Amino acid sequence: MKKSMFLSAVLMGVMFILAACGGGNASDPTEGEEKSDKASGETGGSIIGDGSSTVFPIMEIINEEFNAEHGMAAEIGVSGTGAGFERFTAGETDFQNASRDIKEEEITALEEAGIEYTEFLVGTDGLTIAVSQENDFVDSLTFDELYTIYSGEAESWSDVREDFPDEPITAYGPDQSHGTHDFFKEEVMNDEDVQAELIQDTNQVVSSVNSDPNSIGFFGYSFYLNNEDTLKAVPVQGPDSEEAIEPTDETVQSYQYPLSRPLYVYAKNESLENNEDFRTFMEFTLENAATAAQETGYVALPEEDYQEQIDQLP
Amino acid sequence: MQLADKNQVAKSLGGRLFLNKFMKLLFLLCTMVGLVVLVTLIVDTVLGGWEYLTRDFLTSFSSSRPESAGIYGAIIGSIWLMAVTAPVAIVLSVGTALYLEEYAPKNKITNFITINISNLAGVPSVVFGLLGLTIFVRQLSLGNSVMAAGLTLALMIMPVIVVAAQEAIRAVPGFVREASIGMGATKWQTVSRIILPAAIPGIITGIILALSRAIGETAPLVVIGVPVSLLVTPNSVFDTFQALPMQIYNWVKMPQAEFQYLTAAGIIILLLILFLMNSAAIYIRNKYSKRF
Repeated sequence: MKKSMFLSAVLMGVMFILAACGGGNASDPTEGEEKSDKASGETGGSIIGDGSSTVFPIMEIINEEFNAEHGMAAEIGVSGTGAGFERFTAGETDFQNASRDIKEEEITALEEAGIEYTEFLVGTDGLTIAVSQENDFVDSLTFDELYTIYSGEAESWSDVREDFPDEPITAYGPDQSHGTHDFFKEEVMNDEDVQAELIQDTNQVVSSVNSDPNSIGFFGYSFYLNNEDTLKAVPVQGPDSEEAIEPTDETVQSYQYPLSRPLYVYAKNESLENNEDFRTFMEFTLENAATAAQETGYVALPEEDYQEQIDQLP
Repeated sequence: MQLADKNQVAKSLGGRLFLNKFMKLLFLLCTMVGLVVLVTLIVDTVLGGWEYLTRDFLTSFSSSRPESAGIYGAIIGSIWLMAVTAPVAIVLSVGTALYLEEYAPKNKITNFITINISNLAGVPSVVFGLLGLTIFVRQLSLGNSVMAAGLTLALMIMPVIVVAAQEAIRAVPGFVREASIGMGATKWQTVSRIILPAAIPGIITGIILALSRAIGETAPLVVIGVPVSLLVTPNSVFDTFQALPMQIYNWVKMPQAEFQYLTAAGIIILLLILFLMNSAAIYIRNKYSKRF
């Protein structure tokens, strides 16, 4: 008898842990319900997006505003542009955020899966090349010079350009998990590997560049904007350009700055046509993308471009 | 008369005494390295995040605006997730361990299975994420729900609990087992009334380790496609959810400096939940620990 009582006590004990972890479970959903009144639980799951973590902040802000205005919200993930396209192809998402153009093989995969989509532009990012403000000699760089630095050819700044001082050069950048890395590799490195200190956390790239006047790094425009007081953006001269252009809202928006890149949202046509909520969401997105892009440190498109895209909606 | 020549003693004992002291210091140093790092991390996190731990932070949903960003959805989501992961993992793992130790014939196949389970503990979590994506999310069409993620994490932490439970069961003295059988008890009676109660403390240690890993795990959730922006909390296990580690990981990557503090605040919350979970487990363990 005693034994079995002990066992039940033990079993109770195990249940207890479960309860301790899950205990919230029993009581919290009700709390959750109160909360979700504000956010309306019913339609929350019906708009699903995923993709680039670069585009994510823009979409998250839009989502909050959308929720405040329409009482419903989308579900948005950050698996990255590549993984996001896989989900988009599998038909799991209604929209796909991308920080680069859709690739040939992704187009083929979508065609095979019978998924038709529309491409929307929500903003522009300018991949920024930056040095510390204590660096007083780098005033501009060409694509070729960037190539010399990031291919590992240059060991000191004088290898990059003759009138630069003979100081050792340390190059930093975000690692392969970032669309920013891919973009740099494609545009500047002719798809060759980047030989630099590649760091997963872009904030670490920024602080590394800050701490060493002889270092150089690249990252998204928003990281530069948030560290403008310590960083110096290097004007970049594109391969078919005569002058070096500094990244500013204007030059990035007009694509005069050679490392400007478009930020996309790909929307599934079927959802646009059949899901009224999603259509409303996309319209809302295009109406508010300009402010959301600016707020999150990106550059908005010219106003008429948004209107043109709204007119494209079915 | 001098009984022992002090010089002689020092000469022959000196080396050993020195080694003795040296080893003690060395082990102390080993402990300190881990401790100092841990304390630095905790102090740094708490100092960074303390001011941001406000009521609003705890009651608002995530946001890309640092001033209005909160962790409410992520806390609720993580609790839901653990509510699925913990029971599934515990039941499956303890069952596996009992079968392997008590019922399975002691042959090469059993041995092979045991070794493989131990090896599974070292498989990167991303791999479990891919497994979850293929089986639970796609095949069983659970989507990126609490259920799919919970089962994936349960599979991921199973090996840790199985190994700990096996050790605990093995450590139950043979004589107790024999006495029970000698008294005419069946296998099940022996297992349920003698072995399991005696093994509980060891099993719980495994559970603590495993659940601590599960609650902080990000990679499988990323693969499963758990959303970061979601302005609702789940109403059932088949709804999608947010999770604390995903939220923290997302904030770390944000360019605005404020998000670094929010990250710290998020980590404090994660640590608190972990601490609560483990305290409950340790309480239970101590309650049932003095059996033999």
